[in-house]
Amino acid sequence: MSIDQTDRRILTATEGGLPLSPTPYAEVAGWLDLDEVDVIARLQRMQESGVIRRIAIAPNHYALGMVANGMSVWDVDDTVSETLGAQVGALDFVSHCYLRPRALPDWPYNLFAMIHGPDRETVEAHRDEIKTLLGAACRQSDILYSTRILKKTGMRLRKGAQ
Amino acid sequence: MRRTPLPQDAIDDIDRKILNALQDGFPLSVRPFEDAAKPLGITETDLIERISRLREIGAITRFGPFMDAAAMGGAFCLCAIEVPCERFEEVMTLVNAFPEVAHNYERVHKLNMWFVLACDRTEDIAKTADRIEAKTGLTVLRFPKLKEFYIGFKVSA
Repeated sequence: MSIDQTDRRILTATEGGLPLSPTPYAEVAGWLDLDEVDVIARLQRMQESGVIRRIAIAPNHYALGMVANGMSVWDVDDTVSETLGAQVGALDFVSHCYLRPRALPDWPYNLFAMIHGPDRETVEAHRDEIKTLLGAACRQSDILYSTRILKKTGMRLRKGAQ
Repeated sequence: MRRTPLPQDAIDDIDRKILNALQDGFPLSVRPFEDAAKPLGITETDLIERISRLREIGAITRFGPFMDAAAMGGAFCLCAIEVPCERFEEVMTLVNAFPEVAHNYERVHKLNMWFVLACDRTEDIAKTADRIEAKTGLTVLRFPKLKEFYIGFKVSA
C-alpha cells in the first residue's frame, strides 16, 4: 500500500472534497499540473490498494435524524472474536467495529461497536440484537454513552508522515 | 458540523435517493456526475446542484475520497482515563492541550474520558500517553486496534 508524492498531493488537494464541476478529476489535475487520466488512474490504484476506502458522500447522520449513539463493548471469547466481530461490523446500525486488547482487571472488553439510532431506545434495541448474535460467546457487556464532546479535530494528513 | 436533525421537508425523495446511492461510491470517470445521475433518473446539472445544496444545508459532511488514515502512515490509539469528578475540567484542559489528542469525549462510565491519539509514528503513541500520565498523574489505558471490521456504515436517508 505504498503511495508516492504525487498520490499524496492528490489526497491533500481533495481533503476538503471533490470540486462540484462536471469534470472534477480534470479540475484536480489542473490544480496540480497533472493529466486528468493520470489523476483518475492514481485514484483508482489507491482505491484498489485500500489507501482510499471509497470515493463517496458522507451523509451527516445527525442531520438525517440519527442523533443517538453509544459505544457498546463486549467481552467475547478470543477463539471466536474475529468471526463474530465481522458479523457485528456488518450490521447496518454499527459504524465502527474493532477488536482491542483488554485492560484487566478494569476493562474486560475486547470488542467495540459504535451503535447509531434515532433515539436511545433504538440504540438499546440494537444492543440487544448484538447480544443475541454473540450468544454464549459473550461473557459480559456494557454500553458507554457520550455526554460531551471535549475536543474534535479532523484527522488531517500529517505533513511529515511518509 | 450540524448536530441537530433537519426538518422533514428539507430534503425530498430525489435527495434521499442521492444520499443513499452515493454513500456506496462515486464513479472514477471523465464525467462522473453524468454517470452517477443516469441511474437516478436526473441530469448531471441537477445532481451537481442538489449535492451542492445538500452540502449547504448540512445534510452532507463530506464528498470525496475517504482515506484509510493508517495507510497514510499515521498511528492511532484509543485511550481512556478514569478521571476523579472534581478534577474533570482540569484534566480535560491538560489532555486537550496535547496536539496529538484528536478527539476527546466524556462518557458515562468509571472510565469517563475517552480520546484518540494521532501521531506520525507508532512509537510516539506510547511516549505521548506516558507524557499525559506524567502531566495528569492518572493512568492512561491504551486500546490500540488489533483488528478492524470495516464494512461501511450506511445511513438510510
